[in-house]
Amino acid sequence: MSKTSAIPSGVTGATLAKDLRLEWRSKDAINSMLFFSLLVVVVFSFSFDPNAEESRQIAGGLVWVAFLFAAVVALNQTWARELRNQVLDAYRVSPAPANSLFLAKALGNFIFVAVLEILMTPLFIMFYKLRALGPAWQLLPIAALGTWALVVNGTFFAAMSLRTRSREIMLPLLLFPISIPALLAMVNATTAILTGELSAKFWIVLLSTYNVVFTIVCLLLFELVLNAE
Amino acid sequence: MTMRRLFPIFGLLTAVLLSYALYEALVAAPTEQTMGNVQRIFYYHVPSAWTAFLLFFINFVCSIQYLVRSNPVADKVTNWTVIAIAIAACVAAFVIHPLPQGMEPSSVATTGLAIAGLYFLIKKYFSRERVDALAVVSAEVGVVFCTVVLVTGPLWARPVWGIWWTWDVRLTSTLVLWLIYISYLMLRRFSTSGQTPVLAAALAVFGALDVPLVYFSIWIFRTQHPQPVIGGGGSIDPRMLQVLLINWLAFLCFAGLVCWSRYRLEILRRELEETQALEALLEPRSPQ
Amino acid sequence: MNFLYAAYAATWIIHIVYLGTLVRRYQRLSKEIAELKK
Repeated sequence: MSKTSAIPSGVTGATLAKDLRLEWRSKDAINSMLFFSLLVVVVFSFSFDPNAEESRQIAGGLVWVAFLFAAVVALNQTWARELRNQVLDAYRVSPAPANSLFLAKALGNFIFVAVLEILMTPLFIMFYKLRALGPAWQLLPIAALGTWALVVNGTFFAAMSLRTRSREIMLPLLLFPISIPALLAMVNATTAILTGELSAKFWIVLLSTYNVVFTIVCLLLFELVLNAE
Repeated sequence: MTMRRLFPIFGLLTAVLLSYALYEALVAAPTEQTMGNVQRIFYYHVPSAWTAFLLFFINFVCSIQYLVRSNPVADKVTNWTVIAIAIAACVAAFVIHPLPQGMEPSSVATTGLAIAGLYFLIKKYFSRERVDALAVVSAEVGVVFCTVVLVTGPLWARPVWGIWWTWDVRLTSTLVLWLIYISYLMLRRFSTSGQTPVLAAALAVFGALDVPLVYFSIWIFRTQHPQPVIGGGGSIDPRMLQVLLINWLAFLCFAGLVCWSRYRLEILRRELEETQALEALLEPRSPQ
Repeated sequence: MNFLYAAYAATWIIHIVYLGTLVRRYQRLSKEIAELKK
């Protein structure tokens, strides 16, 4: 089905398709994630009074912290399945380049987290009566760039954490410090759009730079992580 | 061994230097006009910061070396890149007019040359395996010094500016650097892989790339939400500069001592582990 | 003024605690080496 010259994209596509198919079949994961997203929004609504005037200022931060937690839970899950079935060893032995595997995993995680965000957003809008006072269309690239920033590093660090004790806690321990500039950018960009007070332009540029830098670094170094037995 | 004898001599010298520097900082240095005596915290805060950054930079160099020295091509490319950076720094120092505020041409050129010098010195005197040991050492001691910075900073800020903390560029970048290296040390401690050094080195590279981004992101944030500047720049009284440099020298020597001790400990620990592993292989006796 | 002394004290406390951990690790290591030599 895939020609020799197109092996990288073939492998990426095939792995991605397999992951998505597996996720779709194991409805448990999806159901629990759905419920988790709802819970997160509700808990946040109790903790941070949605009726206060300040909500509009902090909503950007709230939303992204919620997304961050959802992403960490999702990321922890996706590699665990690979480990259970010793798929990782199969990948290492196969001639497929490590990059394709990484890209497939990252894209799969991206789709997974994006779905969660799409589910949580209407709830947030409802509970916090959110309305964008600035150019609302900019929220889409912000969401996409922000999610990718979390997912690309998250996938890398999740793979790194595979061979550590306390695997689940290791991922956020590694991910959060590195993600701080991206988080700052996501939150401030979103707040800028919601309040309409400032321009999100600089933040979008920063996010894009962050994404480019770290996507390249992840692709370059993933082989090392995969081969670390 | 001369090393054994050098250590106590160096230790004594450092102790003398530290005492002298302490005296200078507390007594001899002139009292600052606006801040009063509290400003003297500066003489401990700033040298600790510079030392911490130097140590973290050494860790970065070691991490890069550990990653590239396994591959001859990558190794050569990196060598030439380092040389190129040094040359670029020297050229830029004298070609770029005007330089950003606070930078002198001579210091830019010296920094570039120092970076290259440090890189090749480490390469010459440390084998690949030992470079990893140096990485652990510099990360650990760097975190200790960085902790000092983060503790003395608020203690200085509170009496002078009335607040314990502010999200200004330098403080926040230092905090993030501290967090990144704590996570680095946790990875080292919790990893069960045989390739921990590789993973840790990769993390150090991530961290190094992250720091400029942190700096830049806080800078954008500050231009949008102006806040008080802590430890504002500007010229410094030459007498104070002298005290500052003496304290820095003293702390550098102290850091050197601590690193040396930690390094010896690390080498010993690794030798012990290897011996234990060998023993386990060679003596398949029945357990007691 | 108190902040000044607190800062200097904190600095040295942090350093001494770290050196203490080094000493403790070294002692544990020496013990293990001695046992290995037996």
